[in-house]
Amino acid sequence: MSKNLLVACAAAVLTAPMLTSCGDDGPFITVYNAQHEELIAEVAPIFEEETGIEVKLRSGDDLELANQLVQEGDASPADVFLTENSPAMTLVDNAGLFTEVDQETLDLIPPEYVPSDRTWVGFMGRSTVAMYNTDALSEAEMPDSILDFADPEWEGRISYSPTGADFQAIVSAVLEMEGEQATREWLSGLADNGTEYDGNDVVMESVNSGEVDAGIAYHYYWYRDQKESGEHSDNTELHFFGDQDPGAFVSVSGAGVLASSDKQSDAQEFVNFLASVEGQQAIADSYALEYPLNPEVSLDPPVKPFAELEPPRIDVATLNSEPVTELMQEEGLL
Amino acid sequence: MASGVAVALLALVPLGFVVTYTVLIGPSEAWDLLVRPRIGELLWNTTRLVVGCMAASLVIGVGCAWVVERTDLPWRPLWHGLLVAPLAVPAFVNSFGWVSLTHAVEGYAGALLIVTLSYYPLVYLPVVASLRGLDPALEETAYSLEHGRWRTFRRVVLPQLRPAMLGGCLLVGLHLLAEFGALQMLRFPTFTTAIYDQYRSTFNGPAANMIAGVLVLCCALLLTAELRLRGHRRYSRVAHGAARPVERQRLGRARWPVAGLLAALLALAVGVPTYSLLHWLSVGSSTEFPVGELLAAAGTSLGLGAAGAALTVVLALPVAWLAIRYRSLASTAVERSTYVANALPGIVVALALVTVSIRVVQPAYQTFGLLLVAYAIMFLPRAVVSVRAALEQAPLVLDDVAHSLGAGPLATARRVTLPIIAPGIGAGAALVFLAVSTELTATLMLSPIDTSTLATEFWSASSSVAYGAAAPYALLLVLISIPATILLGRHATLAAPAEGLAR
Repeated sequence: MSKNLLVACAAAVLTAPMLTSCGDDGPFITVYNAQHEELIAEVAPIFEEETGIEVKLRSGDDLELANQLVQEGDASPADVFLTENSPAMTLVDNAGLFTEVDQETLDLIPPEYVPSDRTWVGFMGRSTVAMYNTDALSEAEMPDSILDFADPEWEGRISYSPTGADFQAIVSAVLEMEGEQATREWLSGLADNGTEYDGNDVVMESVNSGEVDAGIAYHYYWYRDQKESGEHSDNTELHFFGDQDPGAFVSVSGAGVLASSDKQSDAQEFVNFLASVEGQQAIADSYALEYPLNPEVSLDPPVKPFAELEPPRIDVATLNSEPVTELMQEEGLL
Repeated sequence: MASGVAVALLALVPLGFVVTYTVLIGPSEAWDLLVRPRIGELLWNTTRLVVGCMAASLVIGVGCAWVVERTDLPWRPLWHGLLVAPLAVPAFVNSFGWVSLTHAVEGYAGALLIVTLSYYPLVYLPVVASLRGLDPALEETAYSLEHGRWRTFRRVVLPQLRPAMLGGCLLVGLHLLAEFGALQMLRFPTFTTAIYDQYRSTFNGPAANMIAGVLVLCCALLLTAELRLRGHRRYSRVAHGAARPVERQRLGRARWPVAGLLAALLALAVGVPTYSLLHWLSVGSSTEFPVGELLAAAGTSLGLGAAGAALTVVLALPVAWLAIRYRSLASTAVERSTYVANALPGIVVALALVTVSIRVVQPAYQTFGLLLVAYAIMFLPRAVVSVRAALEQAPLVLDDVAHSLGAGPLATARRVTLPIIAPGIGAGAALVFLAVSTELTATLMLSPIDTSTLATEFWSASSSVAYGAAAPYALLLVLISIPATILLGRHATLAAPAEGLAR
């Protein structure tokens, strides 16, 4: 009896029409993509058009795909890995799975967005910002440093999203620049003062609705909402910290080529395209509003120019290390 | 026998993965990782959520089942259909609905409320089925012995409901141990959410795998407890005879308050998430209806759900068969071992299968075949519980009669056993379908490239700020879940020999 059912089941599997994937015979590369899918879907077709190399995307988030790559090891079907934030690149790099990125690609991007072992390259950036409710605060009342949000005067007035890799990257920046004791005090103050939400979008909504006076997030949430309708951000303004403050930290999306790939030149070509003027321009023109890192390309106004951000210099390969999670756990943020 | 053992071994792959990493890490580091305040806090959170939700689901599930089956409440079939409806709303969609309306539901109380609203039907369904199948003669006997209503319920009805209640609670408990999406949105940290946090940091994958071992222990605890409480009674009857319809308890003036309570429950469990989805559809600035993509994703979800359900049920048959027809310590061990993967977070199971399949069956890696096997491993308990319950009620003596009439084993299975257990198989398949269509992590990692399902698209949209864009996928997810939910609801009230999910 179970054999009959097995046959029936096998038939069901084989005949389910939507389950058959089309197989093209042309050259293709497999990209594990943790960047926003819609964004890469805008860039990839241009590359396909120019090179005839098809880009197959497997999309997930940073933690899933990075851990999957580590488990796959040398047998991975992936040729290229793209992330939202750099720590996922570090995770894969620590497992020794990347090969060096071509020098001509590295030359396109400022060296501070390339790790010292040159195994991946930053291709997009997102700046830390504070959003404030314009009914409650004015630009003049915003603090000079993100560290000031731990002061008692901000009690009950600030929100942030500690679970995401985004915020953890910001904490890494603080730890890198200010040391353990200062970071601990900052986190503890933030935990006392702040409301924690899951997601930068929720942080923005909480500021917009006046639930809190200010929130910590990345710049593009605000600009995207403004571009779309302003529904969740019209009562708010952005405050950039600048002046190499940890609050001006820029987190980068990385691209890297897997050492196990047997399509090295196609994979390198794709990463090169992402960093090239043409690829970066496509990213700049998309809905994403994240900063292109190639200095020859910039976002249109009203987005604050990348050159004016004054971010702190931090080694991109050291972010989200063990002490960061530990500190956040000890101060009750995770 | 061999096939049952083979299925159990397959189901234990994720456990092997966890154990291997625990050994690799070594005892001293494992001890350091496990014995720290954070773990104690997580253990406390996980325990109080699991226990609280099981208790609340029991109260709601049994209470509602009794009202629907044993009182003269008006429009009972309608209430029954509505009480099952929360099954069509995945827990993470329910959380999304609540959280995007109010952040007040974050924390323990909110998490308990929302997971209970999502999971109580897992207790309600088998209890309704059991109540429907009870012979009222026993209760009448109790009345004749001057037992009151309450005493009869407590001493006669409840003991007979015990297998159904325990089976339902077990499913609720296992689900909660592995629940991630809903609790992450509700900001209530448990072992499973902590495991995801560990994976997220750049150094700690092996440690995360090891912490999952704690979940295995919790799961073992639940399984043993359920086994002990269930006892060794057999529940099959040869024929239902012509049982009289039960005399229903008159609610009198209480009928409207009772109906009001049910309505309030449903407003919370179904009304809030539905309202929230419609709200986001209408106000979300990113709302769009890419019809082609929506239909393609819905088609893939349906196809994967159906195929996954079929395969899982087929694998569940030998396991349930062994457990019922060849009762022994070994067969119980085989059956119980299939539950372990269900208590592990999706990411642990998925990574285990990534690791094993890419080394052992490389050509099958990231094919639909392997993805279906992954679903089967993850959701086997849902099918085993249902098929087991059905088999439990198919008396062995019927097989003997068939044999004595010259029917071979295959003919007996096809003509006698299968018709009896078919409704149980259907219910199991429906439960697996619901789980597969909302599965996320294994689908992301193990599906062939370029596969998108409603669940993956929902997450992709909701994680990039686009609540409006996420809403159509969530709504479709609810819609494709409705047939399976209706099937489950009807199955529970069939006056057939098989008694739903009851064991």
